[in-house]
Amino acid sequence: MSPAIHVEGLGKRYHIGQRPRYLALRDRLAAALRAPARVWKSRFNGATPRNEIWALRDIDFEVKQGEVVGVIGRNGAGKTTLLKLLSRVTEPSTGWAEISGSVGSLLEVGTGFHPELTGRENIYLNGAILGMGRREIARKFDDIVGFSEVVEFLDTPLKHYSTGMQMRLAFAVAAHFEPQILLVDEVLAVGDLAFQKKCLGKMDEVARGGRTIIFVSHQMNQIRRLCNRAIWIDRGRVREDGPVAQVVSSYETAMARGGNVEQEHRDLEDKTRFVKWQIAGLPEGTAHQLDSLGEVTIHFDLQLNQALQRGHHGIALFSGGRELIWGRAIDNLRLEPGLHRISYTFPCLPLRPGPYFWQVSLWENGNCFDAWDCLPQMIVATPNFQHPRDEWSGILNIPSQVRVSQLDGVECTNRAKAHGAS
Amino acid sequence: MATATTEIAAIPRPFRIAASSRIPVVRLGELWAYRELLYFFVWRDVKVRYKQTAIGAAWAILQPFLSMIVFSLFFGRLAKLSTNGLPYPIFYYCALLPWSYFAGALQSATNTIVEHQRLITKIYFPRLVLPISAVLSGLVDFAIAFVMLIAMMLYYKVTPGKGLLLLPGLILLALLTALAFGLWLSALNAVYRDVRYAVPFMIQFWMFVSPVAYSASLVPERWRWIYGLNPMAGVVEGFRWALTDHAHAPGPLLWASACGVVFTLLGGVFYFRRMEGTLADVV
Repeated sequence: MSPAIHVEGLGKRYHIGQRPRYLALRDRLAAALRAPARVWKSRFNGATPRNEIWALRDIDFEVKQGEVVGVIGRNGAGKTTLLKLLSRVTEPSTGWAEISGSVGSLLEVGTGFHPELTGRENIYLNGAILGMGRREIARKFDDIVGFSEVVEFLDTPLKHYSTGMQMRLAFAVAAHFEPQILLVDEVLAVGDLAFQKKCLGKMDEVARGGRTIIFVSHQMNQIRRLCNRAIWIDRGRVREDGPVAQVVSSYETAMARGGNVEQEHRDLEDKTRFVKWQIAGLPEGTAHQLDSLGEVTIHFDLQLNQALQRGHHGIALFSGGRELIWGRAIDNLRLEPGLHRISYTFPCLPLRPGPYFWQVSLWENGNCFDAWDCLPQMIVATPNFQHPRDEWSGILNIPSQVRVSQLDGVECTNRAKAHGAS
Repeated sequence: MATATTEIAAIPRPFRIAASSRIPVVRLGELWAYRELLYFFVWRDVKVRYKQTAIGAAWAILQPFLSMIVFSLFFGRLAKLSTNGLPYPIFYYCALLPWSYFAGALQSATNTIVEHQRLITKIYFPRLVLPISAVLSGLVDFAIAFVMLIAMMLYYKVTPGKGLLLLPGLILLALLTALAFGLWLSALNAVYRDVRYAVPFMIQFWMFVSPVAYSASLVPERWRWIYGLNPMAGVVEGFRWALTDHAHAPGPLLWASACGVVFTLLGGVFYFRRMEGTLADVV
């Protein structure tokens, strides 16, 4: 049987620096008037190499029919670019890929949702955009609505939906999309754990149904659970490709050592860098999963090869969606060379369940020694206190007390710990 | 490709993804496979356009109708431009009908790529679907406004001649003209955002070189051939002729401008196709 996907020498080059996000025609005309020679030359020489960035380079692999492949790698390694090339959102600069079968991509859920249209209308529109036919959508319509749990709002314009309801509707359509080859980008990383589980279950079902899936995720537990093979992409190249357990564990080992991909090629002792992070008081295996809403201490271990006089250290916490949640910086650090531990203690970290990541950096006099997107990610697995219908609204998951009392006359107290706390 | 999702069992023919060649190929078959998406885009545009408006679809009539009143008053009653014996309201409404369609279609086709930026960077479909759906959805407004014209013709007792048979051809010409220029402008607009600001001005300018506010017979005979290079001149004057039998029959110049439109359209399709592969990177 021919492979579902065959990729050879695939590469994607982006031009950076020399072009702003978009051009104004007048700028280009002005540039041509000012320096016609340069414009002329650049047309023929192409861009200079230092303005180019290869998001992907020389990618070769083959995926058999029915294989479920996880693609892993750090942020910006080129995973999404790979999916964009395979789904034909953009064209490769070099190489080719051959695909046997209908391809569907979920680079985002709810693509093309229109706020003015009703839930019903949006199911049809979104389905059509994903590549489903009108009859196919009609056939699956009841299943989609059932899965989304928004049946009573079906004829309400989408703009009146809560974010959570919109997400659920979007997932429901996506989950019933069944091409032969499915490309999925991290779409399951958002949302609460219960709905994530439901979606994962659906993905499991799809995978067992013999479809080919390429699945990008930062959550190694999802990758382990769904995939039988993993491809680790690092700086635009395939670093390792093999059975899921093996690739994921070597990825995690490399990341836990500091996440610097070039470390093998450098003299390790010579490099000032953060070497690992963990939540205090947890056994090694689960040291990156936060289960408690009580006091929590987080350690960041720092390998320092020189004395710092006026060190500057920054820390930031990001959500899985790359939203900055919290940050702090410390000036004038005086440190001797050696291994150091920076510990942060929080009275509690009231975050909504889901993936998060820390970022720590060390500077001196404007010189960056290390800026590390801490890996693995921190998984917050605390109980969810929000109303189950609105689990997607907001960032914080704060235990709160609600008190409803009638102000005119009879005292009628209704004290309840916030939903789900018991 | 899109239809294949409905028939999972089909044995697929491998599809090759690579950088496109310098000479773009137009995949008409693929465009046909995506006709349902085209339908949904048109359906959405029409549906959304008049949601949450007080008078809804009446807007489609109001725009040409109010312009017609202003034109009749100033160009007709005050400037007393010749209409070859037609009542002013009919004379102007006949011209404003195709013109408003064209102006609206060109404007929305120009903006469509930028407006669908999120979609384009997240999912594949032949991008040609976007400008095509933009010019098609304007036809619904056109049809609504046309009903008003019929009412006016009954009121003024104006009867069309046999030129009426050519009317679909004239509508098609207006559509293709909007699409031809829309393809160029939408792809350009994705890279150069100035286009967005230049187009309204361009459309205004274009209206004055088309016989909307005046009759084409005002143009001296020896300049007519240059005048005919503007395809909308043929469409607008052709509309008057087809609907009222009072204007000049469109001569061979209409055919010349039709050829011009076809060339512009082919150029637009090729330019658009060349940009298509990397549209997601620049938009």
